[in-house]
Amino acid sequence: MTSEEPGHRLAVLLPYRLAPVRISLRISPLSAAILCFCAIMAASTAWAQSGPTMLSPFQVILKWSPLLLRGFAFNILISLLAMLLGTIAGLGLGLGLLSEFRPIAAVSWLLTQFFRNAPWLVLLFFVMFLVPFQVTLFKTTIPLPDWIKATVGFALPVMANVAEVVRGAVRSIPSTQWEAAESLAFTRRQTMWLIMLPQCIKRMLPPWMNVYALVAMSTVLASIVGVSEMLTLTAQVHAAEGGRPELFAPLYGFALLCFFLYCYPINLWTARLERRFRVR
Amino acid sequence: MATSWTPDQPIVQCVDVRKSFGALEVLKGISLSVRKGEVICIIGPSGSGKSTLIRCINALQPITSGSIQIEGIEVTDPKLDKLALRRKVGMVFQQYNLFPHKTAMQNVMMAPIHVLRQNRDEVEARARTLLAKVRLAGKEDSYPGELSGGQQQRVAIARSLAMRPDIMLFDEVTAALDPETVKEVLVTIRELAEDGMTCILVTHEMNFAREVADHVYFTDRGVIVEHGPPDTLFTAARDARTQRFLSQVL
Repeated sequence: MTSEEPGHRLAVLLPYRLAPVRISLRISPLSAAILCFCAIMAASTAWAQSGPTMLSPFQVILKWSPLLLRGFAFNILISLLAMLLGTIAGLGLGLGLLSEFRPIAAVSWLLTQFFRNAPWLVLLFFVMFLVPFQVTLFKTTIPLPDWIKATVGFALPVMANVAEVVRGAVRSIPSTQWEAAESLAFTRRQTMWLIMLPQCIKRMLPPWMNVYALVAMSTVLASIVGVSEMLTLTAQVHAAEGGRPELFAPLYGFALLCFFLYCYPINLWTARLERRFRVR
Repeated sequence: MATSWTPDQPIVQCVDVRKSFGALEVLKGISLSVRKGEVICIIGPSGSGKSTLIRCINALQPITSGSIQIEGIEVTDPKLDKLALRRKVGMVFQQYNLFPHKTAMQNVMMAPIHVLRQNRDEVEARARTLLAKVRLAGKEDSYPGELSGGQQQRVAIARSLAMRPDIMLFDEVTAALDPETVKEVLVTIRELAEDGMTCILVTHEMNFAREVADHVYFTDRGVIVEHGPPDTLFTAARDARTQRFLSQVL
């Protein structure tokens, strides 16, 4: 074996780093900020020309912001729960991908590819319409509200992406670590849990956070299936204010701004972690 | 499998060991035997199959044909309990292969605790003794990344010794080291040999082989060309290939 090169390790990280997505994340902060600014400016001029009895777009946002922000908190809750579920399931699926037992590896591969390559919205629809609104277990009826079903719908693609992250990270550990563990008579399972996965956490963190930022932004898809998250509420607020066209941009611009302010720091942090781990 | 091995028989016995990677045959019928407490060195040019041979001895790689017996246990037996075999055989690698997320102490303690399920306090006491023995007292809480190559390699030796193996395999353990740290590792191995540990070393350190080995094997292109006690082999090699190799490295 030749000596390890730090650059080489990162080459292994590349495939699952969702490179094209990262580019779009880099661009979206800037365009989002510009869009918000333009929208609010345009709306202000429109308001200046209308009657004095109507509230300004800014006042409208201020008036409804407790409701809208509660909706946004709901988006975050859904994203966090989906991430939690998806990570647990994804860890299992990732270990399945790495299994030496062929049938398990094959089934895991199939599941991963299926959920990684299906549009998130389609998965969401499937979960919404295939899962009943309540389940009866041991004579107790457990209601399954829409938002829980949506969470599960988002957890599925998260699971598949996390599985790939786990698989890629474990594969990126030099095979000499397996040999050292083998020669010390560790079982495969011990090697995985005591030696491989602890070393992988650092490598997995940046791509894992990347997945999270994607989930957080995708939660607005739940508005299409009627979950009262921020985008649904924004549409309702717009309707309640008489559907004034000049309110459209400021209201949706506010939603855009909330997501931007939430996701941009996550991406900054991810980039920083990536840089830090590259040095080591 | 009940074995009838007794300590007066060879502890390692290889008979006509062949190993192919695809169409490439790297071991073409190797036979050698090692007695308990013996130190043998395998020397030879790069690509002669030395490392492959010792990786076959602890079943890190399967052999194509032939037989390898460790204390009477057949390594090629498909029902072989590889883990039981590896508890008898310690191995030290060229690239140290320490676990980077664990301290020196934890590296040494992990296998006895998790594999042998020994008492933590006893293991800790023994790990301290072992680290002191390889002259690393005071470095217990250092991570591999904070240690020099020679220090890491000595932690790796202590890590293998913690399993109380009967045989130690050394795979070019000084090849990746700076010249000034080679010596500290060799001193550790020599002390081990003097304590009566059975050692099989693949090495490029000819002077060390000459000094410490009971028996030296010269391999080239997958066969043992010549073997004998170091004094004979190094001063009066019979085979032209051995003579040429020795004149290049000595």
